[in-house]
Amino acid sequence: MWLTRPLQERSTQLFLGILFFALIVVTVLHLALPEGNPLHVSAYTVTLLGKYLCYALLAVAVDLVWGYLGILSLGHGAFFALGGYAMGMYLMRQIGDRGTYGDPILPDFMVFLNWQELPWYWYGFDMAWFAFAMVLLAPGALALVFGWLAFRSRVTGVYLSIITQALTFALMLAFFRNEMGFGGNNGLTDFRDILGFNLRTDATRLGLFIATGIALAIGYVVCRGIVTSKLGRVSVACRDAEARTRFLGYRVERVQLFVFVVSAMLAGVAGALYVPQVGIINPSEFSPIFSIEIVVWVALGGRATLYGAVIGAILVNYAKTVFTGVMPDAWLFALGALFVLVTVFLPQGIAGLLRKRRKSTDDGSGPSESSSTSEATA
Amino acid sequence: MSIMTELAARDRVFNFLTPTDSPVDVRHGPILYLEDVNVSFDGFRAINNLNLTIDDGELRCIIGPNGAGKTTMMDIITGKTAPDTGSVWFGSRHNLLTMSEPDIASLGIGRKFQKPTVFEALTVFENLELAMAADKRVFPTLTAQMKPKHRERIEEVLETINLQDLRDRPAGILSHGQKQWLEIGMLLMQKPRLLLVDEPVAGMTEQEMERTAELLTSLAGKQSVVVVEHDMGFVRSIARKVTVLHQGSVLAEGSMDQVSNDPEVIKVYLGEEA
Amino acid sequence: MSIPRWLTFFLMVLLMTTAGTVSAQQQDQTPEALLEQLADASPRDTEAAIKAIATSGHERARAWLEAYGNNRISQVEATGRIVIVLNNRGRDWEVADALTGENLGEMSRRDLDRIAINNAVRRQLAGVLAMLDLFAKDVAVREAAALDLLGKVDDAIVEEVTARIEEEPDAGVRNRLEEALAIYQVEEQGSLDAIEVLSGSLHPRARAALNSAVASEDPARKAAAEQALASIQQKLRLNNAAETLYFGLSLGSVLVLAAIGLAITFGVMGVINMAHGELIMLGAYTTWGMQQLLPGQPGLALILSIPAGFLVAALAGIAIERSVIQFLKGRPLETLLATFGVSLILQQLVRTVISPLNRTVVTPEWMSGSLVINDALSLTLNRMYVIGFALLVFTALMLIMRRTRLGLEVRAVTQNRAMARSMGIKATRVDIMTFALGSGVAGLAGVALSQLTNVGPNLGQNYIIDSFMVVVFGGVGNLWGTLVAGLTLGTINQLLEPWAGAVLAKIIVLVFIILFIQKRPKGLFPQKGRAAEG
Repeated sequence: MWLTRPLQERSTQLFLGILFFALIVVTVLHLALPEGNPLHVSAYTVTLLGKYLCYALLAVAVDLVWGYLGILSLGHGAFFALGGYAMGMYLMRQIGDRGTYGDPILPDFMVFLNWQELPWYWYGFDMAWFAFAMVLLAPGALALVFGWLAFRSRVTGVYLSIITQALTFALMLAFFRNEMGFGGNNGLTDFRDILGFNLRTDATRLGLFIATGIALAIGYVVCRGIVTSKLGRVSVACRDAEARTRFLGYRVERVQLFVFVVSAMLAGVAGALYVPQVGIINPSEFSPIFSIEIVVWVALGGRATLYGAVIGAILVNYAKTVFTGVMPDAWLFALGALFVLVTVFLPQGIAGLLRKRRKSTDDGSGPSESSSTSEATA
Repeated sequence: MSIMTELAARDRVFNFLTPTDSPVDVRHGPILYLEDVNVSFDGFRAINNLNLTIDDGELRCIIGPNGAGKTTMMDIITGKTAPDTGSVWFGSRHNLLTMSEPDIASLGIGRKFQKPTVFEALTVFENLELAMAADKRVFPTLTAQMKPKHRERIEEVLETINLQDLRDRPAGILSHGQKQWLEIGMLLMQKPRLLLVDEPVAGMTEQEMERTAELLTSLAGKQSVVVVEHDMGFVRSIARKVTVLHQGSVLAEGSMDQVSNDPEVIKVYLGEEA
Repeated sequence: MSIPRWLTFFLMVLLMTTAGTVSAQQQDQTPEALLEQLADASPRDTEAAIKAIATSGHERARAWLEAYGNNRISQVEATGRIVIVLNNRGRDWEVADALTGENLGEMSRRDLDRIAINNAVRRQLAGVLAMLDLFAKDVAVREAAALDLLGKVDDAIVEEVTARIEEEPDAGVRNRLEEALAIYQVEEQGSLDAIEVLSGSLHPRARAALNSAVASEDPARKAAAEQALASIQQKLRLNNAAETLYFGLSLGSVLVLAAIGLAITFGVMGVINMAHGELIMLGAYTTWGMQQLLPGQPGLALILSIPAGFLVAALAGIAIERSVIQFLKGRPLETLLATFGVSLILQQLVRTVISPLNRTVVTPEWMSGSLVINDALSLTLNRMYVIGFALLVFTALMLIMRRTRLGLEVRAVTQNRAMARSMGIKATRVDIMTFALGSGVAGLAGVALSQLTNVGPNLGQNYIIDSFMVVVFGGVGNLWGTLVAGLTLGTINQLLEPWAGAVLAKIIVLVFIILFIQKRPKGLFPQKGRAAEG
């Protein structure tokens, strides 16, 4: 079974082990230690870590298409944001009549805009199952339509990157409009509770953090399952020699479409988990700069490794937190320099460094990466 | 061509009358049939009224100077390039012009490129695995399991192409000649009815060339093979029937001796090389 | 304003013969006498007195009449001198001599005898004032005066206006006067001929007059007015279309300018330079800097900015090429990421060094203002300059690529690098030169943009996606394609804007391109042939 195969891999076991260990440690340090203790992890930090894990899942999704399929999507922020909006709409409906204007049906911003009734696309979002399904289906459908059009016409490489960027840019402009019915500029915010749990309590925050960790684990296993299957090898084949793959009888566009849609759905899940933790979703998540930032997380961590994406996402965002707190002006310099340095000097990313070190220290059992295993056995 | 004349054409076989997923039908003659094919790029006629017939089980060599249209012809057969006019049939049932590259490949036409293209990031073994005849749709590929008989088949081909020792190395590290072999191996894995082989011996040593010649001749009979080659010695060593292309159309056809004595051929091609 | 004697004389004769109200004795009146006449006039004679002043051509005539209209003409009781009251607050009023304009200091208001004016006269005065400049020598002044008369013609001056039409030498002014007269005739008399005259007018006042005629009871008038309005609407639509086209072309030229540099670096060299927008920004900031260096001479600064902007952006481009892009040859996606990093750094650099706020770039006088075609259509000059500049840059680039050694080498290197090198072309040098050229053109785009939009750190970011869209839409590697694509997209955008709004128009254009690329992945003008396939 393709989904269980990764569980037998050492690298995946290691990754899951570290992830679950981290989840447990954070939970224990948060719950068991009193607030004054230097090792106590505050609710704020738990949420911050939860945010990093969302980004990590998003980065894994991008790595799946970029690393293994060779599709540099500069629009994955759009899928992330769509997932986020689906969750945001659910959370908005959960507010009910507790909003400023006290309307039982309409969210505050609609009352403010003098809308009389709920737009049709808001129907159903008061039900959790529907909203959660939309978290997967909305980004999935967009990826399906967009990907079907693009891959069918064999738009790849730089062209695809540019039009994915145009896609998220167009969506950003659209969501900025009040008439779209997604809160315009301000987006959706002032959430109260999720599945009946109050979002402002520490326990709910911890729960969301753990849920994100589990989502990351599942997302990682799904991606790993795909890349270790024969389909994963076909993906790599598409990435490196698209025409050759076609002449072997594979429908390259369908392979691309499948992986792209899976990736978009994972990005949507990441967005959906992100929104209740940060408490807001607005059109800035659609901004092209955010999408391209995701790519640099992956590049820093190391393409086509999946775990590298996780490392990259967490490192860059930790650095961002530190920088923006200490010297906010320097952050964009640092980020810009990161883009340049990683691409020029570290094309394999951190994962590449790790692999090289491991190879030089013990010339033996490498990780499951095909190239290193083969080198090791030779 | 207007619709009326198209409908009135007696030799026309309507698409809806031709079952597309049936096996290749060669009872009524050739396995590959090109008629009046024309292609031009920006006014340059790469293929000019080309007519070509390949019989089932035949080994055919195609020669011709640079720009004669050899590679373009392969592009047309495999669906990469659509001709401006003409018809291309695989067996008597499959109109190749209406099919996509993967469809044509699944039908049983394998192709080796001029520049050897293997998947460099994958191992030699994985390259062969991907080429293996199998259900190549997305979900079957996702859930595919390697069965012992598959492994045996790959091992068998590995032996044929003499790359057993490099089975788990990435294909990127292979030498040029080894890549040629690997690509031939991938062709074998596909078990095609028709092999299109573009310059198979470029970059090979004398012995490797001999083995390739042996391999290709042994394939003929069971499968049809079309070889495009520049190396005259190699062509002479395998050729039964040779077609000379010049400026996008057939200049001469026959045995190697017939062709090499044809004054036209000598003038445009052999003459220059000799 | 001085009116030559012969004209004054001419006008007087004219007024005497046509407007019988002016008596012959006024002919040789001195300015004093004119004022005396006004001061002494009984309400019945005031009209004649005003006309006498108006047609006198005296340089201070306007001042007198305006002061009169404002109740500011007074006669000093003791001397009989006519003065203009400059300040009528308080007990003592500041006055000036009406004849010379000399300030006479303050005078007790008890000593002054105000020359009274009633409302009927004041209304008449307005018309006379409006007509005053019709006697000016300068055609432009006369035209402005005639334009001002639209809707102001009334019973009091209609005869003079009619008279002026006969005598006006300039056709444009004459048409204006006819329009003014026709508005009066339509509104006051319901003349059908006048409606016919107005059907050629695009002035809003003419439409107002016709609208009033539409409301009339008389079916013939109503029908005529409706027809006239319809014909005006038709003309307005045409003018609107022309204006939209003009805006479209100007937006298109901006897109072409922004994208043409990319067409070279991306299209010809295959290098994705995400910092292209920031090179545009550098060009714009160069203009700003130039104007800081040359305060008070915005025009000169702007002209100097053209070479300076090119140079600054080209040098920045060379720096980017040498420090980043040359290491990423053949890895377009990595190049994209690295140059995006460069763009972040450049933006932040401008924010830190100059300011995060927008800077103002002055538009020189010869670029401001607009070219008035008719009442409904006027073309702003700065946009016209930008259109011209874009075409100029495009032509220059075409010539460079087609006619120069550099162009030849660039084409050679892009088509077959190894072959070009073996023929002695220094491929690295060509790379640098090409990239510098593309970057320099981005700088030129920045200079042009500084005249249209705010110059700020985000300037480039706003154009990068559009620029890529233009290049991809036009067909990579094809400068003509970029020109056509830029102008087309600009025009489409402007056509959509009226009914979709600016943002939605932009979204529609983006979606259109995304779909278009699916249909024709190689753009409007694809490069064909075997070389392009490889």
